[in-house]
Amino acid sequence: MEISVTDLSCARGGLPVLSGVSFQLQAGQALVLRGPNGIGKTTLLRTIAGLQPATAGQVQMPEDCVAYAGHADGLKAGLSVEQNLRFWASVYGQREISAAVGAFALTPLLDRLAHDLSAGQKRRLGLARLLVTGRPLWIFDEPTVSLDAENTRLFAEMVDRHLQGGGMALMATHIDMGLSQARVLDLTLFKADLTALAQDSFLDEGV
Amino acid sequence: MWALLIRDLTLAVRAGGGFGLSLAFFLIVVVLVPFGVGPQSDVLARIAPGILWVGALLACLLSLDRVFHLDFEDGSLDLLATSPLPLEGVVVIKALAHWLTTGLPLALIAPALAVLLNLPGPGYLWLFVSLALGTPALSMIGAFGAGLTVGLKRGGLLLSLLVLPLYVPTLIFGAEIVRRAVDAQAIGTPLAMLAGLTLAAWACLPFATAAAIRINLR
Repeated sequence: MEISVTDLSCARGGLPVLSGVSFQLQAGQALVLRGPNGIGKTTLLRTIAGLQPATAGQVQMPEDCVAYAGHADGLKAGLSVEQNLRFWASVYGQREISAAVGAFALTPLLDRLAHDLSAGQKRRLGLARLLVTGRPLWIFDEPTVSLDAENTRLFAEMVDRHLQGGGMALMATHIDMGLSQARVLDLTLFKADLTALAQDSFLDEGV
Repeated sequence: MWALLIRDLTLAVRAGGGFGLSLAFFLIVVVLVPFGVGPQSDVLARIAPGILWVGALLACLLSLDRVFHLDFEDGSLDLLATSPLPLEGVVVIKALAHWLTTGLPLALIAPALAVLLNLPGPGYLWLFVSLALGTPALSMIGAFGAGLTVGLKRGGLLLSLLVLPLYVPTLIFGAEIVRRAVDAQAIGTPLAMLAGLTLAAWACLPFATAAAIRINLR
């Protein structure tokens, strides 16, 4: 299994943010995206996840291989922790949720409504959701927000286990989690050149 | 798919799910009209089919902005869009859940409330049939409007304005069925038109709605 991104350009709100992004990801590898706020980390991740179209370039990957975890956890406040996990498990055609419950020590919270969870607990549940997807490529957008040190370690362990099992991970994060198989990609190298765009634009012709 | 339907139904009947809101609104409209019109039973009987249908339609409209907006807000819609479920299927299930929690209860309660409006005897059966047949179209058209406005904060106003003109044919044929049944005329034509509208909405709009949602998620 391999994922290759070639010359990918993406835009946010009609403005190009990144251009010429290329990388390969083999089974068992992780890639950490770095870059200042607004560089386009989320835009790139959403483009690779298929939530928005690329303006140029291509993403090659096997069909149905992405599990996406964005800024929002996608939890239903009116359902219990277990119901939330079971729902996503059945959406992905899985039955077993014990691995997900175990990974973040969610057992004492199973019957609690998601509404009553703290921000960190919600995040743990949102991340544990990835384990019930059975998908090989995990895409995370700032996964460690509102996690404490202990749970950040649990998260790193969960990703490491996934990589050892032949999975892949792609994440935007600012902290170093000490993943064994992770490379870092600095997105400032691919910042889209807005001056070139200004010269091309039809506004100049109108003047 | 079924998991999504069961989840939506569970959420709708839980506290804050808005299950009773449409029914309560329908009840209020139907109870208040006789007070406004006055105690002339022949006038009430004449306007009953129209009032009942307009009331059911507005009650349906009331809960539409919940169809996709809650899932958009908490990020579930992003996750559903990247899940193995086709987005068209998600739309169908969401519209079905809306109908089961809004349209079907409205159709079931309407004959009981029709008593308050002095609806003549032959109208009761056809009031239920026309609502049961027509409200699925209202849910699907409403889901389409909800899909178009899903990214907007406070999109409810725009949603109502977009959806109301699309509701007009359903309203005309639905109320016409009841009116003709009361007057003992043939109801075949409006019945066929109403069924056609519902089938057309469910056949075409899931694709349009899914496309609108994909654009709004960008």
